[in-house]
Amino acid sequence: MGNKTLICLYGDDIAPRFDLTTEVLIVSFGADGGIEEERNLVLPQASPEKLCHMILTEDVKTVVCGGIEEEYFQYLTWKRVRVLDSVIGPHGRVLERLASGSLAAGEILWKPR
Amino acid sequence: MLSQGPLRVDGLFAAPVSFPGLLDSIPLGVAVVDAGGRVVFINRFLEGLTGFECKDVISIPCAYVLRSNICIEGCPVRSRRPISEPLVVEGDIINRERQKIPVRITFAPIVDLDGKAVGTLEAVQDIRMLSRLNGKSGPPFGFGQIIGRSPQMERIYEVLPVIAQSDSSVLLTGETGSGKDFVAELIHQASPRAKDPFIKVNCGALPETLLESELFGHQKGAFTGAIENKPGRFRLAHNGTLYLTEIGDLPLSLQVKLLTFFDDRVVFPLGSTKGFHVDVRVIAATHRNLEQMVREGRFREDLLFRLNVVRLRLPPLRERGDDVQLLLNRFLQDYAAKLKKPIKGFSAKALRILLDYSYPGNVRELRNIVEYGLTICQEDQIQPQHLPAYLTDPKAREPEVAAAESAEPTVTLVHRASGDDGMDWSALERKMILEAMLKAKGRRGKAAAILGWGRSTLWRKMKQYGIDE
Repeated sequence: MGNKTLICLYGDDIAPRFDLTTEVLIVSFGADGGIEEERNLVLPQASPEKLCHMILTEDVKTVVCGGIEEEYFQYLTWKRVRVLDSVIGPHGRVLERLASGSLAAGEILWKPR
Repeated sequence: MLSQGPLRVDGLFAAPVSFPGLLDSIPLGVAVVDAGGRVVFINRFLEGLTGFECKDVISIPCAYVLRSNICIEGCPVRSRRPISEPLVVEGDIINRERQKIPVRITFAPIVDLDGKAVGTLEAVQDIRMLSRLNGKSGPPFGFGQIIGRSPQMERIYEVLPVIAQSDSSVLLTGETGSGKDFVAELIHQASPRAKDPFIKVNCGALPETLLESELFGHQKGAFTGAIENKPGRFRLAHNGTLYLTEIGDLPLSLQVKLLTFFDDRVVFPLGSTKGFHVDVRVIAATHRNLEQMVREGRFREDLLFRLNVVRLRLPPLRERGDDVQLLLNRFLQDYAAKLKKPIKGFSAKALRILLDYSYPGNVRELRNIVEYGLTICQEDQIQPQHLPAYLTDPKAREPEVAAAESAEPTVTLVHRASGDDGMDWSALERKMILEAMLKAKGRRGKAAAILGWGRSTLWRKMKQYGIDE
């Protein structure tokens, strides 16, 4: 399995808050950047601790989210999870950027609809 | 009254006035959003509070910019029943610096001349000070959220309020994880500048050219891509505090510019001949040895003198004695409540391991270890097997000992003098202990000090290698 990425969702967009996320998309990318597996999970309640636990048990390598508190950022980074935070935009565009390996923390990919 | 093009207000005064200028002078975060909840404008104070720049967030739904729990749990702007009267709600936001800030947001409808709702004005008030005054002032053995009973920390509690009340520049030094960011914010919160912005800039996080524009701002057209004027962090922190973390990583050219600021308190944005007077208190922090950097020509001596008005060294955890146990219990209590786990404490063995460890990552590492233990533990006591492997497995611990050696030159000498490249770690450690004991003429306390270990660590290792028989 390639690079497993968890994207915090709020509707179609990246969730503005990691700690209040109730829906996530887990995507596995192949070596060619193509999506190998995609799973949408609705969480029973928003809990940053449980989300961290899920990230570790699912062996996620990268997390994409909006705002995240320093303690969760440090914890995940310490557990060798790459956290791309402060990302704003629809998850479709985020997936494209992830596939090309060009997504960075703090990116604003919003286009007025 | 508000004209198109450059935002301006006509009719109030004899000449039109700038709309952003009007809102920028308000010491309160202000966002103007349209009927669909998309950002039309945010003022400078809100830029400082959220970390987003106005030009980057125009037409983005304000929930993604404010990042408040109110936006997600029941946004009044996007509710089915639009607000007709101003509404005040308390909540919190998470800014780009990853800080959770308690706020009070006032939502006020904006109506057109016919009384039709066209948008909302959101006034965001930082209520960190109020939250702390409401009985959340921290434990009796600490200052704010900093805790510790060791003499080193007692000295810090004594000087912190005095430092906060002065307006001098402060230089915080200390190893990584020793709490420099925490102390900087506490100084700001306890100072007369508390109601104004606290702006943090990591001098090591950005390349030189970006950092210059980030700190001092730039003029429209100053370089390719500079499509608008940018105020810079110094101007955003006007009347407040600018916290420069990792100041040791500041490039030499910017050190000169910072020096000029200290002399005349005026910042010149990139490409601008016009300077702006800024009233900012500077707090700088570094884990590097600035005096050594001055000797090596990597840091300007005159800048060090200007930063070094008040210097505060935060002690590493290994020098704080019983504070380790205090912090272990405190974090255990906090995380047990947070994770809703009925864990009573640490087993004697686990506690021994935790107390013997030297914590090169200081309080941050200790906190992470407790959180890890609590997450993994399914019993009512944290056992050694619930601790990270590098604490219990000597092989995984080698990098930690190596780090401790680099901080303790005497140990490095013992190590290097051995010259036994083929030795395994246990044999090498055993030899280090013997050499240290010889050097200390058999006194265990002195040998432990040479090795940079606690007495109990030395005792345990001597027992492990059969040296004490």
